[in-house]
Amino acid sequence: MREIIKMVVVLTILSTASGGLLAALRNSTQERIDLQVLQFVKGPAIKKILEGAANDPITDRFAIADGETQRSFFVGKFNGKANVVAFEDFGTGFGGNVGLMVAVDVDTDKVVGIAATTHNETPGFGASIETDKGFTGQFVGMPITSAPKVTKDGGKINALTGSTVTSRAACAAISKAGEAYQRLKPEIQKQLKTFSG
Amino acid sequence: MAKTIAQEFTKGLWNEIPPFRLVLGLCPTLAVTKSVEGGIGMGIATTFVLLFSNALISILRNIIPPKVRIACYIIVIATFVTVVELLMQAYTYAIFRQLGIFIPLIVVNCILLGRAEAFASKNKLLPSIADGLGMGIGFTLSLASLGAIREIFGYGTFYGMHVFGPSFEPFTFMVEAPGAFVCLGLMLCLMNLAGGK
Repeated sequence: MREIIKMVVVLTILSTASGGLLAALRNSTQERIDLQVLQFVKGPAIKKILEGAANDPITDRFAIADGETQRSFFVGKFNGKANVVAFEDFGTGFGGNVGLMVAVDVDTDKVVGIAATTHNETPGFGASIETDKGFTGQFVGMPITSAPKVTKDGGKINALTGSTVTSRAACAAISKAGEAYQRLKPEIQKQLKTFSG
Repeated sequence: MAKTIAQEFTKGLWNEIPPFRLVLGLCPTLAVTKSVEGGIGMGIATTFVLLFSNALISILRNIIPPKVRIACYIIVIATFVTVVELLMQAYTYAIFRQLGIFIPLIVVNCILLGRAEAFASKNKLLPSIADGLGMGIGFTLSLASLGAIREIFGYGTFYGMHVFGPSFEPFTFMVEAPGAFVCLGLMLCLMNLAGGK
């Protein structure tokens, strides 16, 4: 009996200490990790979809509180006007969340471009969402609020070969992005005015 | 019969160098040695975990109940692996991206559990630290040398710098999976020749 108690106590203390240490470390490194992700993962995605912008979308950014979370918006200036915002939303893919950076033209409410950011999809299948322009190109020009679907679900988007789940995740991310966009549009427009000129 | 601390340290560098003599930890050895940088990054991460898990397990060796010792070792090792993962994400994001899944997989690396079970759980703190450090550095050197050979022949570069000039035709077989096995086999063969076995 004493042995069992000892086992339970030792394991409990070890796990608790480990959990506490990791939580503290996670809290203290969170900010730096976000910065690194911004630079190495989101940065290239934003640059890809806002190609040709007159400004640097990574420095020209603002945040809006959406419920309990903060959303970051990256501003793209085209033809001398700050009229495009890029922001991220997530859909559930084959290996957890698939992050998608979506750029929207505020004047027309249409998608300018999308690019994958963080994901754990299978290399050679779902992971090709990063590079397959034929797939991501399908979303360009559609209204952001149109809630796209893959052809298997009765929509118009041709899924990535062998990766219906990933393609669904992309559609879900865009639908969610559309909802957030509708919700926050007045605020976005207000913020964009400060970048124009 | 007690060995000196210096002996505990140096045995990891030659007599019991992990991948070549003990033939342990082959998964990362084969997978991340496409380049010197990857090999060194993985080696340093493993050394860090090995050093701290050996030290902590040695301190706790009289407290940990024998029946749940493996569970306790895994908690300790997993904690330090997560620490490394967070720190690498925060400070060396480029290498973290390159190593990817192999950082969390250090948890199941046999070298760590092997050293914890065979050495740290039976020895005092200082020899355990020396053992962990020696094994870790031996592992790093092995990975770096394997990485160097594969990178030089596979890409014609060393740590990203060209060594043969632009006319070199890369021997791409070396950076593919079979190249890793062949290369490791040849290294083992040379080590055995040198060791006179």
